[in-house]
Amino acid sequence: MSRAALLVLADGRFPAGGHAHSGGAEPAVAAGRIKDAHSLEDFCRGRLHTAGLVAAALAAATAAGRDPVAVDEAADARTPVLALRITARKLGRQMMRAARATWPSAELDALAAARPQGAHQPVVLGLAARSAGLTPLDAGYAAAYEAVSGPATAAVRLLSLDPFDATAVLARLAPDLDQTATAAAATAARISDEGFDALPAASAPLLDITAQQHATWPVRLFAS
Amino acid sequence: MHRDHDEAFPERRTYSAADPVRRDGRRRALRIGLGGPVGTGKTATVAALCRALRDELSIAVVTNDIYTREDAEFLLREAVLPAERIAAVETGACPHTAIRDDISANLGAVEDLEETAGPLDLVLVESGGDNLTATFSKGLVDAQIFVIDVAGGDDIPRKGGPGVTTADLLVINKTDLAPYVGSDLEAMARDAKAQRGHLPVAFTSLTTDDGIKPVTDWIRERLTDWSAGPA
Amino acid sequence: MTLTTCTHPKTASAPDGPAVGMRATARILAAARSGTTTLPVLDGDGPFELRRLHSHGAQARVCIVGAMSAPLGGDRLRIEATVQQGAALHVTSAAATLALRGPTSEHATYDVHLTVGEHAQLHWLPKPLICAAGSDLHQTWTIDLASTARLVLREEQILGRAGEPSGHVATRLTVRRGGRTLLDQQAAYGPGEPGWDGPAILAGHRATGQLLTVDPAFEEITPDVQLLGDAPQDGQAVLTPLAGPATLVTAAAPDSLRLRRLLGTAQNTYRQPLTDLGPVRGRDVGPPRADCRPTRA
Repeated sequence: MSRAALLVLADGRFPAGGHAHSGGAEPAVAAGRIKDAHSLEDFCRGRLHTAGLVAAALAAATAAGRDPVAVDEAADARTPVLALRITARKLGRQMMRAARATWPSAELDALAAARPQGAHQPVVLGLAARSAGLTPLDAGYAAAYEAVSGPATAAVRLLSLDPFDATAVLARLAPDLDQTATAAAATAARISDEGFDALPAASAPLLDITAQQHATWPVRLFAS
Repeated sequence: MHRDHDEAFPERRTYSAADPVRRDGRRRALRIGLGGPVGTGKTATVAALCRALRDELSIAVVTNDIYTREDAEFLLREAVLPAERIAAVETGACPHTAIRDDISANLGAVEDLEETAGPLDLVLVESGGDNLTATFSKGLVDAQIFVIDVAGGDDIPRKGGPGVTTADLLVINKTDLAPYVGSDLEAMARDAKAQRGHLPVAFTSLTTDDGIKPVTDWIRERLTDWSAGPA
Repeated sequence: MTLTTCTHPKTASAPDGPAVGMRATARILAAARSGTTTLPVLDGDGPFELRRLHSHGAQARVCIVGAMSAPLGGDRLRIEATVQQGAALHVTSAAATLALRGPTSEHATYDVHLTVGEHAQLHWLPKPLICAAGSDLHQTWTIDLASTARLVLREEQILGRAGEPSGHVATRLTVRRGGRTLLDQQAAYGPGEPGWDGPAILAGHRATGQLLTVDPAFEEITPDVQLLGDAPQDGQAVLTPLAGPATLVTAAAPDSLRLRRLLGTAQNTYRQPLTDLGPVRGRDVGPPRADCRPTRA
């Protein structure tokens, strides 16, 4: 299968609903914690090594052929905040629609049937990668990149940040992305020996707290 | 579980508006998009349509607000439809993206409405107020209405843009205000015809009784065509 | 549920331990005997001195008293507590746990293994962990709950003593209920952890903590989300239902005092579902010193 499928999957224009989500950037901007390219980079680095690493590992595990429903349960255990579980499933359902139209497969159909309201997005992303013939490492890359590209795009809209600066932030995070995707694929490979405990469960208190706060805002630009 | 699996064959799944059949094999609801600049009366038009058609048709509405859920809340407050027939989609500061480039959230909302309030005859998808270039994807709606108003300047039809020129119906709203804002309705009609050829234009004033009638008439025609289409 | 690990008090230190550092395992076993809870095993070890406190109705109470400075780099510390079917145990500690660098740069480990049987309940409410500058601690909680077990667990980390930088701490909390993983959560703060002090993770907060409540009653009534904390500068917290019958409060605050205030508010909120426990109901937050007065019996 074509490696170029990874470009299609990781493209910010892949129609899976990501554009309406800020990945926690909107509350961080409102609190003044993201105010420029430098603080955006700090935010993205923290998110990448916590929520991003977990998402990448879930995606890699699914792409490696682990039972998606079991990985979905592992995702639930790693997502204590209700608002983030709701968002993950909503985005998972949207990703499922795009994936089934793009790389149809019996495995995607089976997961859609098992989770009609949506599986966690990284699980669907991993299964989409698998259906596209991509590797667990590729799936890890797509999930890790998404963990930072979403907030970077949102910060451009929320702060009128110079888009060149925001893109330079993503470029500077490239080594961290390599590290995260590689670690994700490595943990996914350990599941056969260690079970799902092998998957990372890194957490970020402020991402968790502010995600739930943001869900109650009456006025907001982004859905999460 | 087995039943779930049986229902999941991809050819029975509604990926987009391109598929006119529901998962249960019945013809799905006609989907009409309403777009147009901020403040031209999209939500008021949706409310008027619901009031005019709700007794004869099973209707649901999806709103796409820019940064609030105000449009959905307006419709709820006005009680034009029961709450379970109204869904709000959040658009991440890009209303046109949600109706054109990435329609996944809107399709999900439409499907949910069909599941919870269905079977439906008509789904109205209201775009967040945007600019003159905003159009709906054919993957999301079967026909689209573009709403402008006389107060926004009577040169809007002449300026054109994808919304004005390609929408299946152009609604020029707030005609009652024309004398006060110095808009020339005849010029607007002439310019619209020049831009749109044979595509229809409806002048509306929602402050008068049955002011929505030109639009409801047009929707009834679309529904007749839709019902006559191949199941 | 196997109790074998707890019926052999005090296994000798294994020979493969680190060259420097202490190896200690404390064990508690709580059992239901004719309407009350007894403690057939109450074995302190190394820095852990275990004191039996006055019972509260059917609930046995234990206080962990620090007998020496620990954990230091290289230490391998472990506490195992098992609450057998129908028993009720409340565990607290007399003072905060202070992680220090010690004589070696090697990290210390501190593993807590908790097992709660059917219709049993455990309150595990120790004082905070303080991660002094230069310390390096890996802490785990591995919790195995029967389907009808109840648990209230609090953990707090203070990142550095007043005015000093944080030590390094990595934690993992794994909670299994009826054999399925209910919660799996890691945290890593301090030098070398990317972004830990940045806007996504702690943003300058020096105290963080969690309060986990597992209660089968939540199967019937799903608890509502609650946002806690009045002013952002005093810290913030959220109480959220997990995907199973449990709630988790996650809090971040500038210091230990304000962290405790947030968690205290949260704890009072969820006293309610646990009140139907009758005589075994325990006080969740008590006066710190009075809590740890040893019984004379």
